[in-house]
Amino acid sequence: MLKLPIYLDNNATTPMDPRVLEAMIPYFTEHFGNAASRNHPFGWEAEEAVDYAREQVAKLIGADPKEIIFTSGATEGDNLGIKGVFEMYASKGNHIITCTTEHKAVLDTCKHLERMGGEVTYLEVKADGLIDLKELEAAIKPTTILIALMYANNEIGVIQPIREISAIARKHGVLFFSDATQAVGKIPVDVNKDGIDIMAFTGHKMYGPKGIGALYVRRKNPRVKVTAQMDGGGHERGMRSGTLNVPGIVGFGKACELARLEMAEDAARLSKLRDKLENALLQLEEAYVNGNREHRLPHVTNISFKYVEGEGLLMGFNKNIALSSGSACTSASLEPSYVLKALGLGDDLAHSSLRFGLGRFTTEEQIDYTIKAVSDTVLKLRDMSPLWEMFKEGVDMDKIEWASH
Amino acid sequence: MAYSEKVIDHYSNPKNVGTLDKSKKNVGTGLVGAPECGDVMRLQIEVDDATGMITDAKFKTFGCGSAIASSSLATEWLKGKTVDEAVQIDNMDLVEELNLPPVKIHCSVLAEDAIKSAINDYRKKNGLEELVFEERIH
Repeated sequence: MLKLPIYLDNNATTPMDPRVLEAMIPYFTEHFGNAASRNHPFGWEAEEAVDYAREQVAKLIGADPKEIIFTSGATEGDNLGIKGVFEMYASKGNHIITCTTEHKAVLDTCKHLERMGGEVTYLEVKADGLIDLKELEAAIKPTTILIALMYANNEIGVIQPIREISAIARKHGVLFFSDATQAVGKIPVDVNKDGIDIMAFTGHKMYGPKGIGALYVRRKNPRVKVTAQMDGGGHERGMRSGTLNVPGIVGFGKACELARLEMAEDAARLSKLRDKLENALLQLEEAYVNGNREHRLPHVTNISFKYVEGEGLLMGFNKNIALSSGSACTSASLEPSYVLKALGLGDDLAHSSLRFGLGRFTTEEQIDYTIKAVSDTVLKLRDMSPLWEMFKEGVDMDKIEWASH
Repeated sequence: MAYSEKVIDHYSNPKNVGTLDKSKKNVGTGLVGAPECGDVMRLQIEVDDATGMITDAKFKTFGCGSAIASSSLATEWLKGKTVDEAVQIDNMDLVEELNLPPVKIHCSVLAEDAIKSAINDYRKKNGLEELVFEERIH
């Protein structure tokens, strides 16, 4: 039996795996100790659990456990990683290179640093969402201290050429930070093979709990340090003070372990389902995939249905299917997705987009239901769309003088 | 954000979707909004020349559920009104009837603009002076 509603917004957050919850429960009640309490069994138990989880997390990304700094999530990781480098390496320079399709947690952090005397280069992306490596290299100058580029994009799932980026960073002696929130646990990420120096990721995008994430900070070749952004008890090697969220950490560790063991199987199954969904929806006229289809997360697709507005489209099935749109009819600015616009999409196509994020618990039955519901709604709304009528009549809409408002 | 029942009802069962023959002299067409803003409304009225009564109204809208509902409701209200009465339709009446939240008020403004634009198109076609409306900031 098909259970509704269907959840296809796994880029926003994932449901927690029941095995993760099971691992966490004892640490709320029985083993409630503070991992920093060194002098009694309650503290020892908590510390042991944290150590174990730290190993689980490190193993997923090929790191040493000592290189894992627990945070509250990827936003904190982005802030700590970027601001921490900016402060720590102030004597070497003040220039950071990032790109226009980064998450707001990176972009707004960079904007903050610009107000603090930093200089930031925002690389444009190509039409497929990938950065241009030549432009990256050309942007490096003597004052460059950090390249901050995401592993995989949250809206279109496009995977940046991480190893090529890190090779350029190494060559110029610049640190490389990556926001890998969408990639870790979904595709193989190895900080050594990938050449990443600092990396933020989080539990709730990979079937773990919300409110817990990690910042990987390289300890060897080179040894990297970040200035703490929060003062206190000096936890996490002095880089992130605050009593450790033991149940969260235990759950995050378990989620990382499950991801490591099941990633290959999940990815193979989900990419098949994603392709089925995508190919079926592309049967509709004037439907386009946004972003590079080859260098892409296996469970994500972002599709624009021309002449239909995204939010109106969602309304056709959002009681039964949870999705998100690049349209922003609700925001005060009425600005559609800046990521899609950065690919060079017109506002009209950006307004017409849907993002599908499949996950560990997505079934083929759900995909079949979604194909039908989305297709039916697109057709219904096109019958109602003056733009579709004009398109069908061959009217050149670029020549119309629209009264923009 | 949850939609009001009335918005959902108009979205699910929109009234008066369609196209009137714009070559007819007694048909007025208003096309407002812009694709890049995420809303385009086309609203048409057919007027009985003898009585000045709006005998038919149709719309097509590219936009969110609230934009579709605002234009659907507007066509319902237009039918049976005289052109002079139709000019009086205020966007806030649509907001109230549909329980639109503040972020969706622009949808009702667009519907009001579409009505006025259709009326002016009708007036122009019939040799009448176009009405001047206050500039609205959406």
